[in-house]
Amino acid sequence: MSEFDAATAAVQAALDAGARYADARVMHRRYESMSARNGDIEELSQDESIGLGVRALVGSGWGFHAVPDLSDAAARDAGRRAAAIATASARVPGPPIDLVPSEAAVASWASECAVDPLGVPLSDKGDLLVRATATMREHGADLAEGLYQIWDTTKWFVSSEGHRIDQHIRECGGGISATSIGDGETQRRSYPSYRGQYGTTGWELVTSLDLAAHAARIAEESRELLTAPLCPAGETDLILGGEQLALQIHESVGHAIELDRILGWEAAFAGTSWLDLARLGSLRYGSELMNVTIDPTIPGALGSFGYDDEGSPAVARDAVREGRWVGVLAGRDSAAVAGLDYGGSVRADGWARLPMVRMTNVGLEPGPHTLDEIIAATDDGVLMDINRSWSIDDKRLNFQFGCEVGWEVKNGRRGRMLRNPTYTGIGPVFWRSMDMLSSETVAWGTPNCGKGQPGQVGHTGHPAAPARFRGVRVGVRA
Amino acid sequence: MSAELGIAAGVVDLVRRTAGADAEAEVLVTRTDLALTRFANSFIHQNVSETGVSVHLRLHVDGRTATGSGNRVDADGLAALVERTRAAARLAPPDPAWPGLTAPTPVPSGPAADEATAFASPGERAERVRAFVDAVDGLEAAGYCRTAYRSGAFANSAGHTAAGSAAEAAMDGIARAGGADGVARLCADRLADLDGAALGAHAAAKARAAADPVELPPGHYEVVLEPAAVADLLQNLAWFGFNGKRYAERQSFAEPGTAQFDPAVTLVDDPLHAGTLPFDLEGTPRRALPLVESGTTGAVAYDRRGAAEAGTGSTGHGMPGSATFGPIPHNIRLLADPGVADADATVAAGPVSAGVTGAVGDPDTAALVAGMRRGLLVSDFWYTRVLDPKQLVVTGLTRNGVWLVEDGVPTRAVRDFRFTESYPRALGPGRVLGLGRAPVRQPGRVDGSWYEAPALRLSSWHFTGGASG
Repeated sequence: MSEFDAATAAVQAALDAGARYADARVMHRRYESMSARNGDIEELSQDESIGLGVRALVGSGWGFHAVPDLSDAAARDAGRRAAAIATASARVPGPPIDLVPSEAAVASWASECAVDPLGVPLSDKGDLLVRATATMREHGADLAEGLYQIWDTTKWFVSSEGHRIDQHIRECGGGISATSIGDGETQRRSYPSYRGQYGTTGWELVTSLDLAAHAARIAEESRELLTAPLCPAGETDLILGGEQLALQIHESVGHAIELDRILGWEAAFAGTSWLDLARLGSLRYGSELMNVTIDPTIPGALGSFGYDDEGSPAVARDAVREGRWVGVLAGRDSAAVAGLDYGGSVRADGWARLPMVRMTNVGLEPGPHTLDEIIAATDDGVLMDINRSWSIDDKRLNFQFGCEVGWEVKNGRRGRMLRNPTYTGIGPVFWRSMDMLSSETVAWGTPNCGKGQPGQVGHTGHPAAPARFRGVRVGVRA
Repeated sequence: MSAELGIAAGVVDLVRRTAGADAEAEVLVTRTDLALTRFANSFIHQNVSETGVSVHLRLHVDGRTATGSGNRVDADGLAALVERTRAAARLAPPDPAWPGLTAPTPVPSGPAADEATAFASPGERAERVRAFVDAVDGLEAAGYCRTAYRSGAFANSAGHTAAGSAAEAAMDGIARAGGADGVARLCADRLADLDGAALGAHAAAKARAAADPVELPPGHYEVVLEPAAVADLLQNLAWFGFNGKRYAERQSFAEPGTAQFDPAVTLVDDPLHAGTLPFDLEGTPRRALPLVESGTTGAVAYDRRGAAEAGTGSTGHGMPGSATFGPIPHNIRLLADPGVADADATVAAGPVSAGVTGAVGDPDTAALVAGMRRGLLVSDFWYTRVLDPKQLVVTGLTRNGVWLVEDGVPTRAVRDFRFTESYPRALGPGRVLGLGRAPVRQPGRVDGSWYEAPALRLSSWHFTGGASG
């Protein structure tokens, strides 16, 4: 029985059990990760998982059931159980549910991949991490760590409306970090970011990072941070590096424009959003430099795909245009509730999880400046980069971020290194203060976006470049 | 022999036949039935269930180690798992620190899994949601009701086997009153012990009491933390402090044998208290581990590898990823110590009748609030993240209700705060002014993890920002 056959059987069984709509995803995922510490391989893990998840809509109640068995009997049973669960949902009914139209695509799609990451010999991959972590130790790191991760996912999607789509998405990435331990505190420097850089791409991404070439520098910087002066406390001009700005976008824009949050569907856990649909198209989100797109079509970015997990094709849309809020991340049912005409941002973390609204690639379009120009134009400020901690409230307004490293900026020059840099603010106030934005854009990948109950881990992309923000509170401490 | 144990033993035998008698293998097979009924805007909007199985194999052969896992349990699937794990081990670097396998050891049976919970129907979960929604009486309701069942079996090539099962139910919901939320959260061994109506009524009373909040200036405040907020303290202490790997790396605040906490603080990781399998990923029996006894740090958690490096034994905390992230206690209880805690604080009192009605919903919290001259009552914490692991400085926000308490009475609802605080320091000697007597088990984000604590009164908590910045 083929994967499409199993999905088709599950959908048909759900319809036979009373569903007015059903879809099913078979997913096969191979995962590999390797971590190294202080010049030795610490852990090598390989996982392979395959199964089927079926979603049924009975009346206006949803049900979902997942099984690790692709036999005809198991698939049909899963479809029936999904319909039975949907029927139970009607005991606590809500408003009528509709789905915005989605053309019944019959298609195949695959991400670009020059070098199959699972095909690279383990010994080569291990040597890379061993060499980089050994170098960090030689250059003073108390704790030298390296990590790569690979996901190879094939999906087969069938819906009762006629969708029949298969996709093969390969994702990988990696990074290194050096930690130095002093009296009562630790300092860490990472390259290219805390957990590394990731994309829907082959091993060529990891090769291009040239981890070993940066090992000595970050080890030395982690030691230097132990004796660096504390980031001063107060209000100042803040320059963020691109990696940190990517997380700022993720937390204070990406999650805020998720339509399920705006509608209250995540109220008890992930939270809601400060955004009010009545102001879509008119709300001033940020300065006129702020142009944010939702674009799952970017080649190689971590949030890219051909079709989302309810069969909608990847389409680029505006989320914020010249500072004005104009778009959301939506699914077919949430869009119908909101009176919008597009979905396209629904994904599931594996076969056993319900598809839900997730970020794709949510990022800033390039600005007109360079980082050097931004620094040169700043009389008194702090430059921060590489995220160390992140926290934001349940409406996605009040945030506080910590970075690994800061630098004093005085009279247009980057000065001494600062330790424990933090900054805090309120989302729209912060974004309205952005007055310089670089053109040096990188599509940063975030492989650890948590959402949903049961929990799901999403992979998202965030094009971002260095930018300057005026009058930001920095240096918050216990 | 359970089906899971049959699979585990079969994989060990397959390794022996294909990799030779000297190969060391350990196998954990887990079958899961998980279901979660989720509601928002007072209706069920997501309703899911999953049947799953996983086979986790760790193989040490010719001095090299690799780990593999999968969910195919037919003969071809298991053979493929063994083969790819063998291939990975051949290419892995030498592993001179291999700690060896768990020797044959008696494993406790653990609490009996409640069959009615294990295989509860979607209708039974929906009934509790119905009761919660009805009880909020016109407010908006959101949350979940979940049931979980795990049946697991372990076998290794040293001849050790173990088997067990566990069930758990949890309900977590909020009521929403014009932008103010109140929460009720409970984890139990049996679905029958979850009363949706009682939880809904509690959440609704808190939500109504949280209406019309005022903004207070940041600063240091005395606080009473309700059990949901205390659970966050326990979780962060576990991840970053009582984690044997972080301790070995000198990234933990923990100093065993040192009085780092107030004498009122006794923490024990107690997995057999409820809802978990009685052995870990490496087959080590789980048991209660005293982490802090009357304020003195007692122990940190280890898996076999970390324990060998530290020259001690595993504490039964082997888990997927523990080699990288460290072994983490997931079942922590904060025990009241009436002999040490402030006597007034441990006297049960009735619900507070003065001040904001509904802010204090139980006698336990009422007793702590009654002793506070000026401070804040905090229901819950949200999005807590570590700024510095060594001192465990954490930033986060309050959520689901904060009230100003004056002369023992909650007088005003307060807007949410951001805080930046060192958790060990906040619980340090002289800082704990009272512990409640009625612990409440709070569900973790994944089934099998929970944190049980009473309300807690602390002398100071550093709020570093208000809702408006």
